[in-house]
Amino acid sequence: MRTRLVVIGNGMAGARTVEEILARGGDFDITMFGDEPYGNYNRIMLSNVLAGVEDESGIFLNDLSWYADNGITLHTGTRIERIDRFAKRVYAEDGTETPYDKLIIATGSRAFVPPIPGIHRPGRGYHQGVFAFRTLDDTRSMIRYAKEHQRAVVIGGGLLGLEAARGLQNHLPHVTLVHAAGHLMNAQLNEVAGETLKSSIESRLGIEVVVNGQTTEILGKHAVTGVKLGDGRVIPCDVVVVAAGIRANAEMAAASGLPVGRGIVVDDQMRCQDEDDIYAVGECAQHRGEVYGLVAPLWDQAKVLADHLTGVNPFAEYHGSQVATKLKVAGVDVAAMGLKGPERDDDESLTFTEPRKGIYKNVIIRDGRLVGATMVGDVKKVAFLMQAFDRGLALPEERAELMFDLGGPAGEVKVEEMADDEQVCNCNGVSKGAICSTVQSGCKTVTGVMDKTRAGKGCGTCKPLVQRIVEWAAGGEVEEDPAASYYVPGIPMPKPELMNAIRVHSLKSVSAVFATLGGEEDAKSKMGLASLLKMMWGGEYVDERDARFINDRVHANIQRDGTFSVVPQMKGGVTTPAQLRRIAEVAEKHGVPMVKLTGGQRIDLLGVPKEKLPQVWADLDMPSGYAYGKSFRTVKTCVGSDFCRFGVGDSTALGIALEERYQGIEGPGKMKLAVTGCPRNCAEAYVKDLGVVAIDGGKWEIYVGGAAGAHVRKGDLLTTVGTAEEVITLTGRFLQYYRENANWLERTYAFVPRIGIERVREIVVDDADGIAAELDAAMAASVAAYRDPWKDRDDPATPGQFRTSLPLTVLPQVPVRA
Amino acid sequence: MRAIGFLDEIPLGEGRTFAVDGEMVAVFRLRDGSVRATQAVCPHKGGPLADGQIDLKQVLCPLHLNAWDLTTGCSLSGQPDLAVYDVHIDNDKILLGELS
Repeated sequence: MRTRLVVIGNGMAGARTVEEILARGGDFDITMFGDEPYGNYNRIMLSNVLAGVEDESGIFLNDLSWYADNGITLHTGTRIERIDRFAKRVYAEDGTETPYDKLIIATGSRAFVPPIPGIHRPGRGYHQGVFAFRTLDDTRSMIRYAKEHQRAVVIGGGLLGLEAARGLQNHLPHVTLVHAAGHLMNAQLNEVAGETLKSSIESRLGIEVVVNGQTTEILGKHAVTGVKLGDGRVIPCDVVVVAAGIRANAEMAAASGLPVGRGIVVDDQMRCQDEDDIYAVGECAQHRGEVYGLVAPLWDQAKVLADHLTGVNPFAEYHGSQVATKLKVAGVDVAAMGLKGPERDDDESLTFTEPRKGIYKNVIIRDGRLVGATMVGDVKKVAFLMQAFDRGLALPEERAELMFDLGGPAGEVKVEEMADDEQVCNCNGVSKGAICSTVQSGCKTVTGVMDKTRAGKGCGTCKPLVQRIVEWAAGGEVEEDPAASYYVPGIPMPKPELMNAIRVHSLKSVSAVFATLGGEEDAKSKMGLASLLKMMWGGEYVDERDARFINDRVHANIQRDGTFSVVPQMKGGVTTPAQLRRIAEVAEKHGVPMVKLTGGQRIDLLGVPKEKLPQVWADLDMPSGYAYGKSFRTVKTCVGSDFCRFGVGDSTALGIALEERYQGIEGPGKMKLAVTGCPRNCAEAYVKDLGVVAIDGGKWEIYVGGAAGAHVRKGDLLTTVGTAEEVITLTGRFLQYYRENANWLERTYAFVPRIGIERVREIVVDDADGIAAELDAAMAASVAAYRDPWKDRDDPATPGQFRTSLPLTVLPQVPVRA
Repeated sequence: MRAIGFLDEIPLGEGRTFAVDGEMVAVFRLRDGSVRATQAVCPHKGGPLADGQIDLKQVLCPLHLNAWDLTTGCSLSGQPDLAVYDVHIDNDKILLGELS
């Protein structure tokens, strides 16, 4: 016999749980009992029905045929009076009894009607003209009555009361809202936000709002004529709507012997206390002391219960919901999540108010995480805030970005308003439509979509937009990609764990790492692992050439036609006539299609076929400039104090010294440096991975984490020192810290803000962790292991190292400039 | 099947291009010892696939890191598929067969 599942309650929680069970292929004999005489409808939409923007028929979720199609026995208009937990039966009001194997209680809640004198008529229910606002029937009667009357008072200034007030305006001319607390929506909003909402409601909608208003009596003999407040004021009216909150429908459960507090007490599997087969979900349930009155927690609970009951995951657990809401309250946008105001001394609280526009914004940050946010009148940033709140994301260093879109057109794009053919990734030409169809085909992780479409895989600036589109297209069902935290996709470990495993197992080659830690080798992970192993083991690293990217195999940067660019070292951007003459001769001899000055103050010979590389290097007889690797690139300098009349420090000499010491050091990303002789910054030191600025008094400022590529960022001042020697030491120490701790391809502009400049300073400058000597020693070892790779030319590392890969194509195909 | 070169022309885990009857064929030597052969030119923007990184399953074009299944030629990143060839090793000789 199939397991008999009985569900008491045919509201949103009961029906959703059954849907989730069916979606998991749950095989039960299901019987549902609904108190109301209808199928299942969306109670949230009753406000719209009242406001006349939604038709009654539009709010039904499952019509009766759905129950029949899924073999569910539905008893509408049938209230369950009692559960016999021992006989495992439920008894209905009409005397029928139904046996169960598993029982779900989803009785929801009802309107809370305070005991105000005059609200009821003895023996006749509510006083004529008094309505609660909870069910479809309530809504229908309210509309019918309101149409024939003039003035309404709504008691309760929470969400429901505001919606009721707004809705009633469609049916009668005067609406007053009376709220007992000091400000509107006091459960979700702080006082200032509540005040802002109040003025918007009053000025824009013409609803009169009374706060601190205790309703002491409902007046009127036969029908309502007014309400009396605690201060003696009387507000004349002929309709009263009570929206003073809800109470869980838990009496039947309590009477049947189940533990009940404010709701039916359940554990993390939504199971009633001390019961094996009875569960409760939705507004009637009390989980870890919380009773939720919003829909999102209910969806979470339904999923957990369905996972558990169907055996898809018998150990599924519900851990409570972070309640974040975004609503249009009576026509005003309101979003609220977490704390309403700062609670600890060191909570960061940022507030912006613009009363004339009815705008209030507040965010609360604790330990770098968003713990609360309130937005009234302008909720443009709420999607990001909700994500940050739910997932504990790192927050922008520029805190104002939490409240406003600061520059950057990407931030202002509304995903839902973008056309399908709009290009999202400008590097790889991927449209919004392409991203959406990839999501629809079942790929629901951001990294998965990026892999499949290559969106966001160019310069990376569009990644946040790609993420938002994936989230939008997946309708909130984005799956977390655990691989996002891995150092490389093929080994399931973050960097510290990976480095530890590499040390413990003494893994000195990329293939050994795969064999020991990863299972299958992964092409996309090889380059990152090669870089890491080289950094960790130095001379002991077992170099497998296939682990290298082509640029690192042939020490040159591959171009669009398969030729390469050759950039000889030119320390500090300083050259000599002899060097220039030699470069010119080589360029002519080999017919180099283009000779170009680089942004890093060097000379680039572009369009050299692979097989010619060794000869070009031999003819140049200069060291490699490393313009191809994830490595230390160049130190840009200005002419400094030797020549410049403004220069206050010898930037050229220091730049040369830095490049001489740290040339060719590999890392998780490129390292571009600069030294500039005065704060005029001609060498652009403020926007380098590490930039040094001479300041008056013989001192040097060191900036780290700058960038001026796809991402533009001014570096953070690490420290100011008195000598060039200190600059050289701290540069090595910072770069080593970056090498050991940054994720693969994470440039310093992301790394430094992630760690925080204060922390970087503690470690690198103040040696608070006592690791400075280790960092210096590790860097010194890497420096000592340096060998100019262009010396490889006479002794190829592998057979055919410089053999062309396009033998029948005439190269170069890049344009030749004479 | 015809011999187009020797296995020791290709370092383990890398690829090399061979010109065969006016066509360019990239042959890859996987780390498990087997070989695969595909068209040598990337269908996306003409990149040299033999310069790409591989594993037992895929090759990544060095220009834009598009990925293809080495055995079937199927694109793994939304590009046109690659032509793949039958290829075998016989006594250190690389034997190339027909397009498959």
